[in-house]
Amino acid sequence: MDLRFTPEETAFRDEVRGFFRTQVPAEIRAKVSEGRSLTREDYVTSQRILNARGYAVPHWPKEWGGQDWTPIQRYIFTEEMLLAAVPLPLQFNCYMVGPVIAAFGSQAQKEKHLARIANLDEWWCQGFSEPGAGSDLASLKTRAVRDGDHYIVNGQKTWTTLGQYADWIFCLVRTDPAAKKQAGISFILIDMTTPGITVRPIITLEGRHEVNEVFFDNVKVPVENLVGEENKGWDYAKFLLANERTGIARIGLSKERLARVKRLAKEMPAGEGMLWDERDFRDRVMNVEIELKALEITQMRVVAAQGRRGDNRPDPASSILKIKGSQLQQATTELLLEVAGPFALAAPVRTGELSNDWPFDYDWADAAAASYFNNRKVSIYGGSNEIQKNIIAKAVLGL
Amino acid sequence: MDFDLSPEQTQLKDGVERLIGSAYGSLEQRNARAAGPLGFSEKVWAQFAEMGLTGIPFSEDEGGFGGGPVETLAVMEALGRGLALEPYFATVVLGGSAVRLGGTEALKARIIPGIVEGTTRLALAVTEKQSRYDLFDVATTARSDGDGFLIDGAKSVVVNGDSADRLVVSARTDGARRDREGISLLLVPADAPGVTIHGYPTQDGGRAAEISLAQVRVGADALIGQAGNGLPVLERVAEFAIAALAAEAVGIMAALHQMTMDYLKTRQQFGGPIAQFQVLQHRAVDMFIALEQARSMAFYAAMMVEHADAAERAAALSAVKVQINRSCRLVGQEAVQLHGGIGMTMEYLGAHYFKRLTMIESLFGDTPHHLRHVGDAGGLEKWANRQSLQGQ
Ligand SMILES: Cc1cc2nc3c(=O)[nH]c(=O)nc-3n(C[C@H](O)[C@H](O)[C@H](O)COP(=O)(O)OP(=O)(O)OC[C@H]3O[C@@H](n4cnc5c(N)ncnc54)[C@H](O)[C@@H]3O)c2cc1C
Repeated sequence: MDLRFTPEETAFRDEVRGFFRTQVPAEIRAKVSEGRSLTREDYVTSQRILNARGYAVPHWPKEWGGQDWTPIQRYIFTEEMLLAAVPLPLQFNCYMVGPVIAAFGSQAQKEKHLARIANLDEWWCQGFSEPGAGSDLASLKTRAVRDGDHYIVNGQKTWTTLGQYADWIFCLVRTDPAAKKQAGISFILIDMTTPGITVRPIITLEGRHEVNEVFFDNVKVPVENLVGEENKGWDYAKFLLANERTGIARIGLSKERLARVKRLAKEMPAGEGMLWDERDFRDRVMNVEIELKALEITQMRVVAAQGRRGDNRPDPASSILKIKGSQLQQATTELLLEVAGPFALAAPVRTGELSNDWPFDYDWADAAAASYFNNRKVSIYGGSNEIQKNIIAKAVLGL
Repeated sequence: MDFDLSPEQTQLKDGVERLIGSAYGSLEQRNARAAGPLGFSEKVWAQFAEMGLTGIPFSEDEGGFGGGPVETLAVMEALGRGLALEPYFATVVLGGSAVRLGGTEALKARIIPGIVEGTTRLALAVTEKQSRYDLFDVATTARSDGDGFLIDGAKSVVVNGDSADRLVVSARTDGARRDREGISLLLVPADAPGVTIHGYPTQDGGRAAEISLAQVRVGADALIGQAGNGLPVLERVAEFAIAALAAEAVGIMAALHQMTMDYLKTRQQFGGPIAQFQVLQHRAVDMFIALEQARSMAFYAAMMVEHADAAERAAALSAVKVQINRSCRLVGQEAVQLHGGIGMTMEYLGAHYFKRLTMIESLFGDTPHHLRHVGDAGGLEKWANRQSLQGQ
């Protein structure tokens, strides 16, 4: 047993660390660190810088732009990216639809999309959830009916993250209503400019436009946009969700936020000194930091086991990562809220940009509550923590 | 022991609930009121006055209705349920308590009738950029100037500070920044030369302001309480504030818990209502327990806020705030979680309850602040601090 990185791994870490901190614009990283919204341009700029270096999709097959990295290297890479507050490459592109097309798509689909997905020339969004199908995703109702060379799609998707920027949406649709639940679902790619698609914003509680409803009214989709086989969509969706686990614990992000909490607490007056001087405050920070260290090592165990097995089958222990990881992300925003204290009351007058006419002494505090509110989502989406526990109870503990 | 309301109190409660029910019957109504120039509705504020709500804590001699903590509790609970935006807390509870508890007869006669009639609005300007929750941490100064004062300094997150006619300002007439002595409370007209008010929206849909005071001149009659001895008044104001916030929080939590229960019973997943999952039932029970613990402490606050022993009273109100804060956090977070995505949206009333509960936590002291107070007081039960059981 050796919990340390090898010299090669350390060298790799230094290399990617240097890259992230010198090549990705500081203004974009500051927005990520402060929990402010990114513009579409910010995402595009950042991802193209990564892609030019082969860093947007290192986990993809080599022929489509992937890197020959070990699981440990991939882990180091993602954590360093989060620690440097670099925006993750668009999840829907790089971790969701890209790997699905690479694994199950037709040659034509691969050639048409993969390079553009990696470079964010095409922006993708995820059309899985529906108003009536959240945790019970397989009960989805959006219909796709074959009509010659097309499918005619009718129905509604919801919670579509950043769908307002999207050029394409990948959807789970029902192609066989007679089949039992999971069996009648297909995975299709839909061009967002197709007539009959309406996108309506949903404003989340902190006041941002991050999610949308997407309506389909007799939308004509060419049959060649079907991924893999008809009625096999659920298998591809499961593959996608397993992929989504990569870095789901977001340990680097929590570490970065914790470092920020410490920095701000050292500048926040409290009593005779600063908030950081108060013992009980430090205790609360340490509680989170210690749990984070434990989870980091859990994550490395998962990664190392994957490397040993040489496959990508998720380890049972990986189910822990989502639950604990999301709880710790939320705990760090609670600490941030505590640092902001009475000043957390101020609402975000500024949205993404920094301005100088704000008379507030703590110009970061307006984002503290916003981050806290927004991060309630991490225990809801991607399979809620209750659903994750159900899975562990059944699949891991055999209950 | 009797936890029931008297017939008059019940009548008051029903009346406020009716008023709030019609003024704040929907989120759309609330949004419309928030979008107004003052961030609330002057019409509804006038209705508060017509109903006598603005006169509750003042004695009949002062022109009020001689209500006590229980009446305030009934009102605040209803305002909480409606997420009402009118500056009742800022004007009646905060500013009103300062004037009522510290003002001379002349000052009271000058200010209270306006509060009761709904024509005077107050705000309490005490927080400073370095003060956090310590009321005695005051860097703003007030120098003697002729027979009045000259005020210099800045105040932060002043609730409803941009719609008040007068500000109750804590300023130092003597001593160092964190001395308990030397603080004076001054009533400053919002339009006095040298006062700059920058209002902004708050996370909970209300409004607050950053206020700077540069060479602001007020007369001797602006003084609330004795010069240099304003802190005891301010601490009393904070106790009334905590009692009021506790009641407001209970109103919100009760409504939010009910919404969550309704949602569990109606939301269908996996072929039935999600209430079928025992883990969610238990979570709803945990919310319920937190709510009832908070309700008990809101009653305790009403009971203790006029208790004669200042040390016991202070510890009790700190204890109330600790429980309220904890319940606010648990009930708010669980409500969002049990709703799933819908609980995260601006269109959903429950999300607004969650936000207000979060902000209540950071008003007048967070959990660590008040835990420390209770601990410094040696707890709530005096007998437990004695050496032995003998001689009690
Ligand atoms: C900010 C945000 C962004 C999102 N982005 C996307 C996106 O881009 N694309 C997309 O397709 N989806 C997206 N989602 C949707 C997300 O995946 C769903 O919200 C999630 O699956 C939960 O579904 P629901 O919201 O309908 O809650 P529900 O499924 O109705 O759940 C409500 C509550 O019941 C609990 N529950 C449900 N079933 C069980 C059970 N069997 N046992 C115990 N408890 C249970 C849940 O844990 C939850 O607490 C997003 C959601 C959010 C909040």
